[in-house]
Amino acid sequence: MKDTYEPYVTEDGRQIGGVLMEMKNITLRFGGVVAIKDISFDIREGEIRAIIGPNGAGKSSMLNVISGFYHPQEGEVWFKGEKRKPMKPYQVAQQGVARTFQNIALFEGMSVLDNVMTGRLTHMKSNLLQQVMWWGGAEKEETANRERVEKIIDFLEIQHIRKTPVGRLPYGLKKRVELARALAAEPMLLLLDEPMAGMNVEEKEDMSRFILDVNDEFGTTIALIEHDMGVVMDLSDRVVVMDYGKKIGDGTPDEVRSNQDVIDAYLGVSHD
Amino acid sequence: MPDQLLFGMEVALNGLMAGVLYALVALGFVLIYKASGIFNYAQGVMALFAALTLVGIMEGQVPFAHLINAIFGTKIHHLGTPIPEMLDPDVTIAYFNTEGAGWISWLLGGIGNFFIWPINNFDIVLALIFTVFVMIALAWAVQRFIFRHLVNQEPIILFMATIGLAYLLEGVGELMWGAEVKTLNVGLPRGIAEGVESVTEGWFGYGFFLSRLDIVAAVIAAVLVTALTLFSQYSKQGRALRAVADDHQAALSVGISLNFIWILVWSIAGFVALVAGVVWGASSGVQFSLSLIALKALPVLMLGGFTSIPGAIVGGLIIGVGEKLFDFLMNPIIGGATENWFAYVLALIFLIFRPQGLFGEKIIERV
Amino acid sequence: MFYREAGDFKTSYVDDSQTFPISFDRYRYYFVLFVAFALLPFMVDDYWASQILGPFLVFSIAAIGLNILTGYCGQVSLGTGAFMAVGAYSCYKLMTGVDIWYPAVCDGSRILFFWCSGRAEYQIWFQLPEINILLSILLSGFITALVGVFFGLPSLRIKGFYLAVATLAAQFFLIWLFNSASWFYNFSATGQITAPDTFVAGVQVTGAETQPWALYMVCLVFAFGCAWMARNLTRGSIGRRWMAIRDMDIAAEIIGVNPLKAKLTAFAVSSFFIGIAGALFFAVVSGTAEAGDVFGIQTSFEILFMIIIGGLGSIFGSFAGAAFIVILPVALRVIGTEMFGWPSEIVEHFQFVIVGALIIMFLIVEPHGLARLWQLAKEKLRLWPFPY
Repeated sequence: MKDTYEPYVTEDGRQIGGVLMEMKNITLRFGGVVAIKDISFDIREGEIRAIIGPNGAGKSSMLNVISGFYHPQEGEVWFKGEKRKPMKPYQVAQQGVARTFQNIALFEGMSVLDNVMTGRLTHMKSNLLQQVMWWGGAEKEETANRERVEKIIDFLEIQHIRKTPVGRLPYGLKKRVELARALAAEPMLLLLDEPMAGMNVEEKEDMSRFILDVNDEFGTTIALIEHDMGVVMDLSDRVVVMDYGKKIGDGTPDEVRSNQDVIDAYLGVSHD
Repeated sequence: MPDQLLFGMEVALNGLMAGVLYALVALGFVLIYKASGIFNYAQGVMALFAALTLVGIMEGQVPFAHLINAIFGTKIHHLGTPIPEMLDPDVTIAYFNTEGAGWISWLLGGIGNFFIWPINNFDIVLALIFTVFVMIALAWAVQRFIFRHLVNQEPIILFMATIGLAYLLEGVGELMWGAEVKTLNVGLPRGIAEGVESVTEGWFGYGFFLSRLDIVAAVIAAVLVTALTLFSQYSKQGRALRAVADDHQAALSVGISLNFIWILVWSIAGFVALVAGVVWGASSGVQFSLSLIALKALPVLMLGGFTSIPGAIVGGLIIGVGEKLFDFLMNPIIGGATENWFAYVLALIFLIFRPQGLFGEKIIERV
Repeated sequence: MFYREAGDFKTSYVDDSQTFPISFDRYRYYFVLFVAFALLPFMVDDYWASQILGPFLVFSIAAIGLNILTGYCGQVSLGTGAFMAVGAYSCYKLMTGVDIWYPAVCDGSRILFFWCSGRAEYQIWFQLPEINILLSILLSGFITALVGVFFGLPSLRIKGFYLAVATLAAQFFLIWLFNSASWFYNFSATGQITAPDTFVAGVQVTGAETQPWALYMVCLVFAFGCAWMARNLTRGSIGRRWMAIRDMDIAAEIIGVNPLKAKLTAFAVSSFFIGIAGALFFAVVSGTAEAGDVFGIQTSFEILFMIIIGGLGSIFGSFAGAAFIVILPVALRVIGTEMFGWPSEIVEHFQFVIVGALIIMFLIVEPHGLARLWQLAKEKLRLWPFPY
C-alpha cells in the first residue's frame, strides 16, 4: 500500500497534496449484516474523491464511518497523518470534517441565516457568561462570524432567502443551504452525500459548478457519493467503486471506467 | 419460616395484585401508542370519566344537572327512579359459599361466582354496557375533533394534545356528573379473602391478608390482558392494528381504514379505562385522584417499552411488587409515602442503562 | 398603515441582529418599559400586586425557563413545579440561615445528617448567617440549576416523552423529599415554610407588611433581568446549539454540537430561571408555601400550558402565556361567579374545559401560540386598511 504521494498540479491548475485521510481495512457490521468489508482507500489534500456503487453497496455507511457516526468493528481511520481515536461525531466535526446529508437534514425551525450560522458553531468559543452579558465578547464574535457566513451566502447565491424559514424552501435551494452550512465550518474535508439526488438537469449543473468552485477557490478537499455517473466522472479526480460492501475498483475516472469488475457490477453478470 | 420473610411475601403478593392493575392501565397506553404513535396521557382521566359516567347512569343522575340548575335556576338532579331499578329483573341465583373451604373448592367456587354474578346483577351489567357506548362515542369524538387534525405531527405535539384532552375531559366529566366523591358499588366483593387466609395459615402457619376486591380485580385484569393479547395477535382487526402500527402508509395502501382502526383502539382504550375505573373506583371511591393513580402506568411503560404488550404486563408486575417491597423495607428508615416516586425513579434508573425498555426494540439511528 | 417596517435599513450586522430591529417595535418596547417601571408602581394596590401582577411576573420567569428547555432545546419537562420548589426551599434555608444538624437522640436508624425517622432530638452543629434576600433568590437559582443538571443527565440516553416521563421522577421525588425531610422546613410543626420579614435598603420586601409596590418592583426587576438574559442566550451561539438539537439532534451532533453539553446547559439555564421563579413566588409573592400544594404536578402542567399557548421558542410568548393562564381564572371568576352568580365549583370546572380546549386548539391551529398570532396581527396592521 502506498503511504504518501508526491504533490502534483492538475491540468486545470489545482494543487493536489499529500494524504489527508486514510481508511485502513475498515469492516462495519450491524449484527450479522456486513455493511463494509475490509475496505481501504485514501483521500488526498485538495482532490475531489468520489465513492460510487450500486444501491446498498455501503457508500453511505462509509461516509458515516468517516464522520464518526458509525464505529467500525475493525480497521483504522487516519486523519492528517494521525490515527484517529474512537470519537463522537461532534469531535470529528471539530477536527474539520463537515458534511451534507442524503435526506436533507436542515434545522427546519430556523431561518436560512441561522442554519448557515450553525455551521460556524465549531469556531464559536464564547462561554455562557459572555453569552448572557452579550455586549462585548459574544456580540463581537457573532458579528465576525456573521461576516464570514455572509461571504458564503454570497458565494452560493442565496442572499435573497437569507431570512426565510428553511421549511418553506424548495428542494434544490435546501440542498444549497445545506452546502452553505457545511462550507461555513471552513472544513478541511467536505463530505457530500448524494448532493445531486432528486435534482433536475439545471439544478445538477448549478450544483456541479458550486462543487468545483468550492474546491477551486477554497482548496477544500471533497469526498462525495453520487449516482449520476456522468457527473461523477466529470467532477472527480479519483473514484472508489464499492459493491456489496467490498471495494472493486479505485483510480482515475478513466481507469475505473475500463475496470472489468466495475463494468460487471454495473451492467450485471450472472453470479455463478 | 422467619416472620419477616412471611411479611415480605405477603407484601409482595399484595404488590402483585396491584401490579396486575398497573399492567391493565398500561395496556391501554400501549394499544393506542402502537396503533397511532400517540402517547395518551389522558388514559387516567378516561378511567375517571368512565367511572363517573357509570356512577351517574347507575344513580340516574341528569347530566350537567349543576350547570342547568345554575343557568336556569332549576333544581333538577335525579331522574324519578334510578335507571337500573326500572330494569331490575327478579332473578337471583345463590352464590357458591367459598368461605373457610379448602383451596380447590375455593377456586372452583370463585370461578362459578364469576359467571353467576352478571345474572344476579343484570342492572349493573346494563349500566356498564351503556357506559361502554359512551366511551365509544368519546373515542369517535376524540378521533374526529382532535387527532384527525393532528395526523403526521411530531409525537411530542400529540403528547401535549393528550394533556389538553385530559384537562378537557376532566372538566367535562365533573361538569356532567358533579365533583363530589362518589361511591361506586357494582357489587364486587369486599373484605378479607378468608380462603387465602385459611389456606396460607395451613401452609405457613401465618394467614396472608389479601383483600377480596384485589383478587377479583387481578382476575378481571388478567382475563382482559389475555383477551387483548389474543385479539391483537390472532384476530383480523388485530392484524390490521399491527399493520397500522408498523407503517401508516403501507396499511392504507392495502386497504385498511386508518380512521376505523384509530376509533377502534380509542374504544378499546376507553373500555380498558372503564374496567380500571370500576375496579379502582370500587376500592377508593370515584374522585379526582383516580386519574393520578393511572399516572403510575407511565413508569410501567418506560420499564416495559412503549410498544410491547408483554412488556406492559411484566413492567406492571415489577413495579407493583417493587414499590410495595421498597416501602416495606425502607419505611422504618426514610419514612412513608415512597410509593409516590419509587416507580418513576426505578424506571428512570433502568432507562439510563437500557433506553429501549425491557422488551422494546433497539433503535439503529440513521442519517 | 399603522405598522411599518419599510425604510428601516440596516448598515451593520450589529444593527441587524438587535432584539427589535424595527424602530416601531423598539419604541413600543420602550413605552412598555416606561409604563412598567415608572407608572405601575404608583398605581398597584394590594390585590393587583399579590394576585395578578406578582404571579404574572413570577410565572413569566418560570415560563421563560421552561421555554428555554422545551421551546428552544426541545426537551419536554414535566418537573417544573418541583424545580420551583427547589428554588423556594433553597431560598427559605438561605434566608433563615442554613443549619447543619445532627440527631443527638434518634429512635429510628439514620441515614443522612438531617434525617431521622421516629422520635428524635436534634442538636445544632453549626449555622450559616442569614443571607440577604436578593442574594438568596439568586443563589436559589444556582442551586436549582445544579439540581436541574443532575436530573438532566439522563437526557443524553433517553429522548422525547421517555424523558418527559423521566422528569416526573424529579417531580414526585423532590416533592416527597421536601415533605418528609423536616430539615427543609426547619422542623416546623405545620410542614409549611414562611418567609420572615426582610428589608432591602430599608424597604420591606418579604413578610406580611410588604408594600404592594415593593412586591411588584422586586418581581419586575427579576423578570426584566431574566428576560434580558434569556434573549441574549437565545440569539447567540448557545441558542443556535439548542435549536439545532431541538430540530434534529443527530444532524446537530454531526455538524459539531456536543449534545450532552448543549442539553445540560439548557437544563442548567432553564432550572436557574425556574428556581428564581420558585424563590420569588414563595418569598415575595405568597409568603408561605407547602411543597405538594403549590409546586405539585398541577403547577408543572400550568407552566407547560403557558408556553404552548404563549408560543414555543418565544420569550414574548412566555409573557403572553403567563398572562393568559394567570388572568383566565380571575376573569372567569369575575364573569361566572360575580356576574352570573354561578357556584364557584362550576366556574372552576369551566376553567378546566376552557384550558384543555385551548391547548388542543392551539396545537392544531397555531402551534406557535399567541406569539405567532401577534406577529400575524402585525402583518395585517401593516397593510390595513388596504388589502395589499
